[in-house]
Amino acid sequence: MITDSVWRRTTSQVVLYVILILLAVVFLTPVYMVLITSFKHPETINLATSWNLPETVYWQSYLEVLEEFGPRIRNSIVLVVVATLLSSMMGSLNGYVFAKWRVPGQRILFPIMLFGMFIPYQAILIPLFEFMNAIDLYGGLPGLILIHTVYGLPITTLIFRNFYVDIPNEMLEASAIDGAGFFRMYREIVFPLSIPGFVVVIIWQFTQIWNEFLFAVTLTPNVASQPITVGLAQLAGGEAVKWNLPMAGAVVAALPPLLVYIILGRYFIRGLLAGSVKG
Amino acid sequence: MKKALALFLVLALALTAVSAGFAQDDLSGELEIFSWWAGDEGPALEALITLFNEQNPNVEVINATVTGGSGVNARAVLKTRMLGGDAPDSFQVHAGEELTGTWVVAGRMADLTTLYQEQGWMEAFPADLLDLLTYEGGIYSVPVNIHRSNVMWYNPATVESLGIAVPATMDEFLAACPAIQEAGITPLVVGEAWTVNHLWESVALGVLGAEGWNGIWTGETDPAGAEMVQVFETFGQVLACSNLAEDAAGLSWQQAIDKVVAGEAAFNIMGDWAAGYMTTTLGLEPGVGFGYAPTPGAVGTFMWLSDSFGLPVDAANQANTLAWLSLLGSVDGQNAFNPLKGSIPANVNAVAAAPDLYNAYLQSAAADWSSNALVGSLVHGAAANERFMGDFNQVMEIYLSSGSAEAAASAMAAICLQSGACGSSM
Amino acid sequence: MYSQRDRAVAFLMLMPSIALIGIFVYGFILQTINTSLLDWGTNPIANPPLSANVVKSYVGGANYSAIMTDLLEFSFRNSLVNTFFFTLFFVGGCVLVGLFLALLLDQKIVGEAFFRTVFLFPMSLSFVVTGTIWRWMLQPGGGINILPTFIPTLEPIMFKWMSSRQTWLGFEWAQVPTFLTYVGLAILAFLAVNYALSGKRSPLIYVIVAAVVLLTVWLAGWWDYVWLPLDTPEAEPSIAPKGFNAALIGVIIAAVWQMSGYTMAMFLAGIRGVPEEMREAARVDGCSTFGVYRHVVLPQLNPIILSAMIVLGHISLKIFDLVFAMAGPDNAQTIVPGILVYTEGFRENAFSKASSIAMIMLSLVAVIIVPYLWTQLRDEK
Repeated sequence: MITDSVWRRTTSQVVLYVILILLAVVFLTPVYMVLITSFKHPETINLATSWNLPETVYWQSYLEVLEEFGPRIRNSIVLVVVATLLSSMMGSLNGYVFAKWRVPGQRILFPIMLFGMFIPYQAILIPLFEFMNAIDLYGGLPGLILIHTVYGLPITTLIFRNFYVDIPNEMLEASAIDGAGFFRMYREIVFPLSIPGFVVVIIWQFTQIWNEFLFAVTLTPNVASQPITVGLAQLAGGEAVKWNLPMAGAVVAALPPLLVYIILGRYFIRGLLAGSVKG
Repeated sequence: MKKALALFLVLALALTAVSAGFAQDDLSGELEIFSWWAGDEGPALEALITLFNEQNPNVEVINATVTGGSGVNARAVLKTRMLGGDAPDSFQVHAGEELTGTWVVAGRMADLTTLYQEQGWMEAFPADLLDLLTYEGGIYSVPVNIHRSNVMWYNPATVESLGIAVPATMDEFLAACPAIQEAGITPLVVGEAWTVNHLWESVALGVLGAEGWNGIWTGETDPAGAEMVQVFETFGQVLACSNLAEDAAGLSWQQAIDKVVAGEAAFNIMGDWAAGYMTTTLGLEPGVGFGYAPTPGAVGTFMWLSDSFGLPVDAANQANTLAWLSLLGSVDGQNAFNPLKGSIPANVNAVAAAPDLYNAYLQSAAADWSSNALVGSLVHGAAANERFMGDFNQVMEIYLSSGSAEAAASAMAAICLQSGACGSSM
Repeated sequence: MYSQRDRAVAFLMLMPSIALIGIFVYGFILQTINTSLLDWGTNPIANPPLSANVVKSYVGGANYSAIMTDLLEFSFRNSLVNTFFFTLFFVGGCVLVGLFLALLLDQKIVGEAFFRTVFLFPMSLSFVVTGTIWRWMLQPGGGINILPTFIPTLEPIMFKWMSSRQTWLGFEWAQVPTFLTYVGLAILAFLAVNYALSGKRSPLIYVIVAAVVLLTVWLAGWWDYVWLPLDTPEAEPSIAPKGFNAALIGVIIAAVWQMSGYTMAMFLAGIRGVPEEMREAARVDGCSTFGVYRHVVLPQLNPIILSAMIVLGHISLKIFDLVFAMAGPDNAQTIVPGILVYTEGFRENAFSKASSIAMIMLSLVAVIIVPYLWTQLRDEK
């Protein structure tokens, strides 16, 4: 027997799922567009038929993209892994200091660090180049790694500091009584609890660094040290753009961060939940 | 003992002389070529590099392209590098004021007059071209190709079905508009912002004529005068015949050409890289699948732009660069590059040497190149410096927002003053 | 509690980061400020900006006053207006959409992981990729506009997206100082009343002084010196109308599509952070599902909303890649300061002008961020 409330609940469930599915379709429409265009032959790409499925699947674009990206994929991976590790380790230590240790001047130092997150990169491009040239790090991957590490410090510090503020002081005081110093406290108490924080930071930094273009194109002029964002721009370059190539390139370039999100997505939310959300 | 020493010295000297002779012919080291050619334009540059490698097998050529629509990223990278003292050995730059007003006046480029004289290029390049390449008596770049800016493209089938003649003057074009519009076809298709600028320069050329156009850059044509107002007024009338109000800003120049090919638009004014697009990507035959004519009012005038390379003063490998430049200007080099790029050689002897390499359009363009009056393009860096080109966008925006030709002309005068591009700097 | 030695160690651990930030952020900012006070690139003929022997002389605030008052620099003023509207709708859109999505996902649904991934994944793309895709989709002759035609009898959409020259909510640039003065006085009045009622003497005095200063500046007409094109202020409205440019809508949609997953994730975390007991208690008290959300859950989300607004706000003020990919650097309807810095600096070699625009961008960001940081850190003590 279907009571009124069961009926109402079922309807609201149905409505809920319908809305969700519609929204998912809306969100996925651009993906559909990118995918079908990437599989079309360049001559068949035009505005009027942009929604139609490709008549024949044209794999050539992906081959060309992989050829263009080839060496750059290695560069991107090295860049992202090293810079993310460095900036998250340093961020974790900084967050630990700001959250748990009353160091002199911290009320000024923390905002000073944070403010670095907000600078527009175009503003400092030329002084940055001149500096990198002066210290002989221009043109190679190490220089790019340094830059991404430094500019990642403010956000990683912020995330970790907010995260560590929630760790009860009593835990640290107890181990201080036990004779633990700065590093032992970090190693034994703080670091094991940091996993959700690391997840958030790693996801964020991975995406930011993997997708960054301006520094990459300016500071690594040689293919040997360029990340793939530059390769992506090369595909859409020149006077005549064959849209199948940039679309295929976009798919390939988006895969790694996408995989990271798919696999680690729930940890991302859990990490946000665990305290980095506030402030 | 002394005899042995003398013999040794003579041998040493002889060896040095011989090896110096070898060093002359046998360049080694690196050569970094900086450009923004990629995609469809890549093969042309690669053909040149292959040819260079055949002649100089011991030089390692580094092809440092930075792409992104018509050099917009490349310029940023190049300027950052030059300011930082890390000049590439040679870089692609539009011949004319874009090079002169940016790099030559800044003292960054080496004078190539000696090279020109050695290679006999003073006769091989047209005098009008050499005029714009010269600054205070020196020549600072070698043009590798010539593109034409003032070409009007059409679909022969469309024109035939409309029963009109291809307009040769502005009046004819404006007179034909209503009939074309009635047939449901866009008379003139334009695309995003820079293509509107491109259209403007053809209209200006059509209204002012070659002398009037050149007069802008020498100061003889008053930028705020009645003629310029007339230019903008005609421009407004031409735009009224176009799709500017509908969907222009979202169209790339290729998409605009697509509309002509599809019969949705009658005419499009674009540089002759459009010919390369139509022949190579769309597989059409010049004259059959698409038609071409000089823009209305500019029959007999060739508005040119050119990609060129120069020698930065602090380039690391000067000898290699000079060898590169010698190849670029030579008949062989120009014939290796241009057929693939879809442009014509600047060297007037090149096409005659190998006419089969060039399709019907390019041959007719080359013939025009040798016979027409030559004027430099504004939008593509020949006629005015970068400051003026950038500020010109403001003038265009003022005109499009207000619709007032007078406001646009007085803005023109203001930017002439600000950039110093309209004086007699030649 | 902690030993002196450990505190010294803690301080030392911070030093590398502080030093790096000091150079890479503040050192470069100082360099940019310095450049903005020069005349580097002002006169391309007499003093070529790219010359090795370029003469850079100090001109003080001339660059700043030029971009605010020169008639030909209307692009900069338009870019400020565009940024204002873009920020408003982008941040608002992300917050609203993110909240809505989070509320939906909070219901115990099957396939939550799938939906969550779908909504989150645009965040993994670069702005360049997003811009390229959406540019293609929003072309007036195809993409979204022809979508309705798949349903018989429906006409294609006629909106021109980034090609549109329409402007809504038009206003005159000359009116803005008056408007800003009103807003400023209103805020100061509100603060004054607050301080007066809670008896805080010294902040009250500061507020009153600030109000008097503002009033004087406005009444004496000093705004004009930094705000209006002094030569022909009447010309500005016709050649460069100000308002909400319809062309921005496409960019806003693309940006919201990309970042609402982020706000959704934050809200979802916040909603799930509300203890179940609180919700139970409210339900026991007789609240409907809506009521539980409205009275129990949403109030907890205020700090999250604020935090999201800050992060999104600063992204929006710096926006470059997305606009560049979607509308190109030459679309006057969508011009934003980030693009101007690029074209002025690297296309026109007007490095001092570009630096002054960059500094104004930074100041705008500072105006939002600094008070926020200050209140956050003060509250925590």
